[in-house]
Amino acid sequence: MDALAVFPDPPPPELARTLDVAGYSWLSVSSPEDAAKNEPPGGWAGAVVVADADPDGAWALCRAMRKKDRNVTRLLVLVSGRQLGDLELRDELFDDFCLTPFHPSEVEARLRHLVWRQGTTDVRQDLVEYTGLVLNLDTYQASIDSHPLDLTYMEYELLKFLAQNPGKVFTRETLLSRVWGYEYYGGARTVDVHIRRLRAKLGEEHANLIQTVRSVGYRFGQSRWSSAAPAS
Amino acid sequence: MLEQQKDYVLHTVEERGVRLVRLWFTDVLGNLKSFAISPAELENALEDGMTFDGSAIDGYSRIQESDVLAMPDANTFEVLPFGDTKTPEARVFCNIHNLDGSPFDGDPRQVLKRNLQVAQQLGFDFYVAPDMEFFYFAPPVAGQPPQPLDAAGFFDLTTTDVAGTLRKQTIRTLETMSIPVEYSFHEDAPSQHEIDLRHTDAMTMADSIMTFRLIVKEVAAQQGVHATFMPKPLEGVQGSGMHMHLSLFRGDENAFYDEDDLYNLSPTAKAFMAGLLYHASEITAITNQTVNSYKRLVPGFEAPVHISWARNNRSGLIRVPIPKKANPTATRLEYRSPDPATNPYLAFSVLLAAGLRGIKEGYELPAEADANLFEMSDAELAKLGIAQLPQSLSDSLRVMEGSSLVFEALGEHIFEWFLRNKRSEWRAYKTHVSQFEHDRYLRSL
Repeated sequence: MDALAVFPDPPPPELARTLDVAGYSWLSVSSPEDAAKNEPPGGWAGAVVVADADPDGAWALCRAMRKKDRNVTRLLVLVSGRQLGDLELRDELFDDFCLTPFHPSEVEARLRHLVWRQGTTDVRQDLVEYTGLVLNLDTYQASIDSHPLDLTYMEYELLKFLAQNPGKVFTRETLLSRVWGYEYYGGARTVDVHIRRLRAKLGEEHANLIQTVRSVGYRFGQSRWSSAAPAS
Repeated sequence: MLEQQKDYVLHTVEERGVRLVRLWFTDVLGNLKSFAISPAELENALEDGMTFDGSAIDGYSRIQESDVLAMPDANTFEVLPFGDTKTPEARVFCNIHNLDGSPFDGDPRQVLKRNLQVAQQLGFDFYVAPDMEFFYFAPPVAGQPPQPLDAAGFFDLTTTDVAGTLRKQTIRTLETMSIPVEYSFHEDAPSQHEIDLRHTDAMTMADSIMTFRLIVKEVAAQQGVHATFMPKPLEGVQGSGMHMHLSLFRGDENAFYDEDDLYNLSPTAKAFMAGLLYHASEITAITNQTVNSYKRLVPGFEAPVHISWARNNRSGLIRVPIPKKANPTATRLEYRSPDPATNPYLAFSVLLAAGLRGIKEGYELPAEADANLFEMSDAELAKLGIAQLPQSLSDSLRVMEGSSLVFEALGEHIFEWFLRNKRSEWRAYKTHVSQFEHDRYLRSL
């Protein structure tokens, strides 16, 4: 298994010891740039981010780890009790959290659970499927009811992001920052324009896969706990 | 990001078995130009661009150096929905650069990009939605007048409507090429149709208009029909316009919207509109670039003649459409003189420059002209301070020549070339002796 990224650099000695004792290989990183530079060839196996000393730096790193091209999906953040409020609205930036000061066995247990939950080999999922829609993340191809969809790059990226998060409502701002990054072209209306195009390409039967949530944003499909049958 | 886009394009070419990739760009007159490369060359092209000789392209020629570099914009890569499905083709729009990598001054797309950057520095994104009008005719025969396909009027429905079927196919094809359609209908004139595109940022829209004109012609040609964007193909019925619905957004907010204003227009919208009105004559050579364009801009055919604005007066140059309910994002200005033969990159550039000038200099918006201007005498119009748009290509070129605004917006290269090229078009027209003259003068004089 590849190394975990650990923030900050150097990490608190207690954390370093815990990881070593538990047998993880890890590298400490000081910034998103640093993490990109030192990333193992197979990508980071996960990340442990201590947020209590430098919260801004910590969240910046989490955000970078979630960037679509090297999405790290085992992200444990360590926060102080006073920071619990900071977790709100950042749900998409971590997979689990732990309070500081931490208990070594708790960090170890949570990490072990994250790794177990996501399987030990494949960090990236190759196929995203949802009622007739299939996205192959390796070949960048999308199809609906086995017919290929011809998408532009940004249409594909937007559909991929939405389909990976069924049932979740995203604001336009979130979609812009998560899918386009901050250097988008054409302004915030871009999201509406792309949604409109995607619906047209999905075809009448499937256009309602992407729903407009009035004065909030957009939602793809249904969440798992919804009683309503998924749109077909 | 760039790496990923490239990857996306290369994978798609491979997976879909694309045989040919068309590199698209636009000459100064607004004609779509293209050269094709094989998929094997694509990676190289995405990385370093493709060199080609620009001297054959209208408006690209220079004295010292004729080679230019086409850099594909990977964001615009799409598989083309027509042609043989067994040997699919794709297209990608290109930015044209000099060999040293700097933007090439003769490339209309680079010109628009530069003008959009000016707007972005002021915090604005420029959005456009055009109403595209065009005619379907039987394939043209030299020396014969155009033959309309039908004689149906506005919103007419007939069961055996060839043109209606064509329009439906066209819209389907547009949607698969990421060009959303808002409305479509049969227009006033026989065989005239209108397809309204949904608003998007100006660069995407300019690309979309280039694609649109190709798709309309292509789909029609498959059924043996000739589609034309000629501004006034038939005498005595209305011509084809390309009304442009314009708005500026600041992030998510429509900068043209003001809840408290009577017409929901913000001070920004009013100053932008004042800029358009003030500079309208100067930019008309660009928005109406053919001799034929000025045969559309005459009274009585729903085309504007006078430089005025109103909330709901279709005889004026600018209309302020009433949005459905109170919809802040739909507040916009409809600029009505352009025709679909314009170069969209250049037209958007000069419209934006004129409007921004109004904002920067704080132009005062003249009073609304809500009467029917076609029924007013020249004296009445003069009293209201309402001028006319240039009456011919020659007139509009003369006004454009003195315009520092258009010079700055287009850059010296295109400004000079355009005037030269269009002057020679005017000269060719001026020396032509028409049927009109024979009919009127041959016997009587």
